[in-house]
Amino acid sequence: MHTALLLEMIAGACPDRLALAGRAEGLTFAELELRARRGAAWLAAQGPGTIVFLGLNGPALPKAIFAAGRLGRPFAPLNYRLPDADLRKLLARTAPSVAIVDDDMLPRVAGVDGVALVTRSAFEAAARDPAHDAAEPEAADPDIAVLLFTSGTTGEPKAAVLRHENLASYVISTVEFMGAEEGEAALVSVPPYHIAGVSAVLTGVYGGRRTVHLPAFTPEAWVDAAAAEAITHAMLVPTMLGRVLDVLEARGQTLPALRALSYGGGRMPASVIERALQRLPHVDFVNAYGLTETSSTIAMLGPDDHRRAIGSTDPAVRARLGSVGRPLPSVEIEVRGPAGEAVGANVAGEVHVRGPQVAGEYLGRKLTDAEGWFATRDAGWLDADGYLFIEGRLDDVIVRGGENISPGEIEDVLRQHPAVADVAVVGAPDEQWGEAVAAFIVPRGEAPSAETLSAWVKARLRSTKTPEIWAFRPELPYNDTGKLLRRVLKAELTSRAAA
Amino acid sequence: MDLKPGSRWKSAVCDAELVVVRPPSAPGVLECGGQPVIAHSAERPAGQALAAAQDGAAAIGKRYADPTTGLEVLCAKPGKGALSLDGRPLELKEAKKLPASD
Repeated sequence: MHTALLLEMIAGACPDRLALAGRAEGLTFAELELRARRGAAWLAAQGPGTIVFLGLNGPALPKAIFAAGRLGRPFAPLNYRLPDADLRKLLARTAPSVAIVDDDMLPRVAGVDGVALVTRSAFEAAARDPAHDAAEPEAADPDIAVLLFTSGTTGEPKAAVLRHENLASYVISTVEFMGAEEGEAALVSVPPYHIAGVSAVLTGVYGGRRTVHLPAFTPEAWVDAAAAEAITHAMLVPTMLGRVLDVLEARGQTLPALRALSYGGGRMPASVIERALQRLPHVDFVNAYGLTETSSTIAMLGPDDHRRAIGSTDPAVRARLGSVGRPLPSVEIEVRGPAGEAVGANVAGEVHVRGPQVAGEYLGRKLTDAEGWFATRDAGWLDADGYLFIEGRLDDVIVRGGENISPGEIEDVLRQHPAVADVAVVGAPDEQWGEAVAAFIVPRGEAPSAETLSAWVKARLRSTKTPEIWAFRPELPYNDTGKLLRRVLKAELTSRAAA
Repeated sequence: MDLKPGSRWKSAVCDAELVVVRPPSAPGVLECGGQPVIAHSAERPAGQALAAAQDGAAAIGKRYADPTTGLEVLCAKPGKGALSLDGRPLELKEAKKLPASD
């Protein structure tokens, strides 16, 4: 099934409902469909190949996604925050392509072979122009819907392939068609080149919910937009949520219209979600776990789970706040040990997933096995009730003297210390043990001593899990979608060891 | 009739349009309003109409399934005809409502 059909359906069923942008200047679903059609006809005449999107969030994004879909061409949003040289290299990999580029970003990417550049304003103008009504464009390769370059936190970015059937399966199995009530509005602040930025467009359309795009995230702008547009639904990555809470607390705002807030894309510190539940008791919180390669969410911890956990004194129930919840009904999740065997409850291993939404594919490389299982490279376990806990990336596991140590567990313990604002635990090269545990600490107020923190960890975990190397710094390196750049910290330790 | 995933069909006797989400495990004839559906691009034959009162209808955004073969279709445009496969009425697939996650 084709993603363009999602828009066709909603435009047929509720043409006059607002689809996009602010209440003042909004576009209806019928208008969005018409503009995507015109945009497609115009793009087809600009050159062959993939449709690239390089720019800030905004109404141009859904138009471009659905225009590319109508043409049967892959849609490839690129990260405009990359340094120019890296950006040009990525853009070159999309050739032959037509790139829709924010007008002010055009000089950064001029002259890349095989790429026809068009400005965002020219695309928007064409999408408004009735001259493009008649042309019904080609559907060359209707298979690949989206190419998403992974953030490359561990190396060269890979082009993840999401096919129409993957994305459409995800949408129709998780979203009730026209399930949104009139007046609901979602605020999208994850960038266009993040899987959640793409899936939000598709699920918003199918659910019939108005989508408001924040061009670029700042916590102040997010709170302002949420209040001004009476936003009811939003998704944030954990670092964004923490900063939004800071603003709400400083201003004494509660966002009474807000009903549902989902978060994902990284580990949520317990302190942040607890604060959020206290600050916004009227909001339904959802922890959504998913990967680019799985067309977004595959497991979720729902609002009732959150309320039960925060209201409980039972440590096992309360620990659920650290879980990513249960698998969606449309996917299967299995945890496997090192030999590939499925392990039982409460045993850690690698998380595997299968289902129609699971693409598990990079350009030229299919990664699912014969039975359709995709190995996520995430370490985790399922508890006896089927709740999934994610420890982190398998590549981040520290191997100290043959013992596998998960950084996440140590980070959680350290984050509970009142003098620790943020923390990252990584493996450092060590002659005796292979790897040693190193902790980078961002102090809250006056820096605690390494001895104090060592004792804190030792009292709660085993001594082998107590960091041997301590470093204190004002902040940790994150990319713009909130992923901790562990490789930057590891490289620092490696060069320190070599010096 | 090749009911492959993603293929689009329409009713010969009402406004309903369908898309195949999961193919049947054995060949079969998908019907709407008691008549075989036609390709999405085909012209609706003139003069045909729903003969009898229908037990059910095709509702937009709903999924319908045949438990015998696993066929699953999504209704992309509503119509008055009820859906069946080889004369067996398709069942409405009630999906569990999930909270929004993105």
